Amino acid sequence: MTAAGDGRALRAAAFAVLALGVIGPIAAGLAQTARAAFGLMPAIGAAQAGLGPWRTLFGLPGFATSVQLTLLTGLGATVLSLAIAFALTASLHARLAGTAAARALTPFLAIPHAALAIGLAFVLAPSGWIVRFVAPLLGLDRPPDLALVGDPWGIALILGLVIKEVPFLVLVTLSALTQFPVRQHLAAGQSLGYGRAAVWLKVLAPQLWPLIRLPLMVVLAYALSTVEMGLILGPSNPPVLAVLLTRLFFDANTALLLPASAGALLQAGLAVGAFALVWSAERALRRVGLWWLRRGGRGTAAEPPLRVLAAGGLVLFAIGALALVALFAWSLAWRWPWPAVLPESWSLKAWTGAGPGLGRAFLRTLVLALVTTSLALALAIAWLEGEDRGRRGRAGWAEALIFLPLLVPQIAFLYGLNVLFLRLGLSGGLGAVIWAQALFVFPYVMIALSDPWRALDPRLPRAAASLGAGPWRRLVAVKLPVLLAPILTAAAIGMAVSVAQYLPTLFMGAGRIATLTTEAVTLSSASDRRVTGVYATLQAGVPLASYAAAFLIPALVHRNRRALRGADA
Amino acid sequence: MRLALAAALVASLTTAPAQADDWQDTLNGARGQTVYWNAWGGDGRTNAFIDWVSAQTEARYGVSVQQVKLTDTAEAVTRVLSEKAAGRNEGGSVDMIWINGPNFLAMKAQGLLHGPFVADLPNAQFLDLSPGSPNVVDFTVPVDGMESPWRLAKFVFSYDTARVDAPPATMADFVPWAAAHPGRMTHPDPSNFIGATFLKQALVDFAPDPAVLLQPATDARFAEATAPLWSWYDALRPNLWRGGSAFPENESVQQQLVNDGEIDIAMNFDPAATAAAIAEGLLPETARVFVPEGGTIGNVSFVAIPYNAAHKAGAMVVANFLLDPATQAHMQNIEVLGSFSVLAPERLDAEAKATFAALPTAPALPTLDDLGPTLLEPHASWMTRLTEAWAARYTR
Repeated sequence: MTAAGDGRALRAAAFAVLALGVIGPIAAGLAQTARAAFGLMPAIGAAQAGLGPWRTLFGLPGFATSVQLTLLTGLGATVLSLAIAFALTASLHARLAGTAAARALTPFLAIPHAALAIGLAFVLAPSGWIVRFVAPLLGLDRPPDLALVGDPWGIALILGLVIKEVPFLVLVTLSALTQFPVRQHLAAGQSLGYGRAAVWLKVLAPQLWPLIRLPLMVVLAYALSTVEMGLILGPSNPPVLAVLLTRLFFDANTALLLPASAGALLQAGLAVGAFALVWSAERALRRVGLWWLRRGGRGTAAEPPLRVLAAGGLVLFAIGALALVALFAWSLAWRWPWPAVLPESWSLKAWTGAGPGLGRAFLRTLVLALVTTSLALALAIAWLEGEDRGRRGRAGWAEALIFLPLLVPQIAFLYGLNVLFLRLGLSGGLGAVIWAQALFVFPYVMIALSDPWRALDPRLPRAAASLGAGPWRRLVAVKLPVLLAPILTAAAIGMAVSVAQYLPTLFMGAGRIATLTTEAVTLSSASDRRVTGVYATLQAGVPLASYAAAFLIPALVHRNRRALRGADA
Repeated sequence: MRLALAAALVASLTTAPAQADDWQDTLNGARGQTVYWNAWGGDGRTNAFIDWVSAQTEARYGVSVQQVKLTDTAEAVTRVLSEKAAGRNEGGSVDMIWINGPNFLAMKAQGLLHGPFVADLPNAQFLDLSPGSPNVVDFTVPVDGMESPWRLAKFVFSYDTARVDAPPATMADFVPWAAAHPGRMTHPDPSNFIGATFLKQALVDFAPDPAVLLQPATDARFAEATAPLWSWYDALRPNLWRGGSAFPENESVQQQLVNDGEIDIAMNFDPAATAAAIAEGLLPETARVFVPEGGTIGNVSFVAIPYNAAHKAGAMVVANFLLDPATQAHMQNIEVLGSFSVLAPERLDAEAKATFAALPTAPALPTLDDLGPTLLEPHASWMTRLTEAWAARYTR
């Protein structure tokens, strides 16, 4: 078979898997949700098509506030995350190698959103860790009655999202930066009299933007639709839209499933609207930016804001680190009441008391993570290799398809999808859960792997080809070994994503597939921080171990190949 | 009356052998089954109790129990509903649900339940199933044998005696108490069952004519019956935690706020919860239960079997095991769960009575006498309307 024909077959196979496994089910799930949103749901005897569900939804008390809050926190957190990630990268790029930065950020990537939120709530609350440290100094005998967490403006929620998303964006930015000569740009810019910050803003940022736009959209979609963080850190009366919808979906009154479905569509609509907003902001900035560039200012004024942002980012990381430490401390505590700074009594009961259920959940989580990550990696490598052999870049539509599962809010299609799977007799099994998780693992693996794959020195496979190696041998003997470090990093990110999946595991597993995350969420409705601490430590432990492996394995395998060691991760 | 009793006696005599045979069939059918019991998973002690039940039924009947941990009971209802939507009318994934009134009403009305089956359980003989007993109505909706009791629930408050001298003595007293201690009390969000129960408790206490609450709520009845409740709540709300603008997600989060020192009063639907929380290190040793004068709302916790359950026989065996006097005594042990038994004491033999009498006690565990009278749950429509009306008034 010729390389070109081979490439076409590979591309076709990868595309078929994507179309049948991803797009079809999501479309079908959305269709089910849309039917319910317009009043059609035979199971609860709703057979009258109409706008009734929408009227109910819009008539809910505080609905407008909910939508406003969702947009405010979602867009606010995304813009702030981008600014801080950019400022941190610009400030630290010269001082920090990519791998060192990645290593420092891994705990934040590995910890699930919900666990971080619970830890943060304890650190920031009026009765929390920070206030407990200063309470004796201020003479407080009771916690102040202040809305430091769950504030009506959603500030705590924005902070939580920023702490979780900045590390992801920093990693993506660092990885994108390997594609062009940063040092030369900086040297050239500075020799023309531009300040360092100005070079970053005027020369590097416009080049970076197309490479990080999609990951940013993923962050935006997540920030707009998060349930866990909204529940723990967001305001409660009314809550953000995603939390409101969850309440409707799980209300005793089953008739509320109809407005809940309408709300799920609206949630998807909000995401689309926010994407459009970013797109038009990009257009506007392009014009303003051109004028700004032509004006030729040397940008000395840009330095201080960039520094403030970077410093703010470091402060947030410190708070985040405190949250992780607090969770671990709670897992070893017995009594820890206000105003004690440290637990009154310590105990291993939270660890030992969880019993065999914990071990089972841990094993199952591990198996699911390994299987879904392997599948996603295989598909990603097939897709990228197909692109290589076809000697073509990725079309915009293909890019959008890959990231579809991350861009459509989960709640908008999971319920409908579950009904579809039940009809096919596929729900409730491990297979369905593996598939549902892979849906969300694959896009992240692609984000992590695409840029390093494209940055591979083309002279290597060309040299192999001229030595007579066929396409498969070039892949297995040259590309994969050279790309070992980024492949393992992608695998580690995939593991982290798999471990954190809650709704897909719950819906597709009919609640029977108990993982660390489903157990942690059910137990956290009892809000026992000690148990949460145990689960969060284990939840973070699986991805952390895989991140460690992603750093160690290349170092061992490539110990006698200096150029490959610690390749950009 | 006597005639009815005699008739019942004759009926029981004539049907008894047949029933025994039927039960043997159920036991035979159940052997080897795994019952997926969908139950709220937020309470570690309940989870441990369900694990114990599994070990027992496995050893005795070859039936194992697998808890499917829920964050909200309605999850299981939604699951059965989506199975019905997909046409899966047998072999469903939910075998048994720990269910509450509103969800029971929803499932019964949609024809999502298996039954009646309670009369077929041999241990139902220890239950008071006479008309008017809390075992035969759930939120005023007739149970009709479609769900089986397993533990008693009663609404109680708790407070830390180290921080609070005297808790409110009546529901009305909450207003002056909160005014004297601003920001030191709250209730769970009314979208949560306990939060709604707090409002219902006040509703029952203040309603001009409590009998009206046992009928479905209409616009006129609702407006009249809730008027005193709203004026009371409007006086209370400004002095709640965070000025009444934010509410804890559920009763466990509220209990944590007490332990964190942010508030002084917690509430629960389980009189043993405070003693249990102290034993778990989640509340200070000085926490105690209190009940306002006039008593509080109480009901029975039930288990139900969905119409499409894959393991109905197994689920019935488990439901029956839960009603075994020895099981109920184990459950009522404060070191295990502490939940009060649903069995009628006068129907137990001397040995069973002695087992109950010998159960250990704890300082924070109230006796049945401490708990005062039990008030009936209003018709389920009141709860729905109450949470809607609350949201309409206070959610902006």
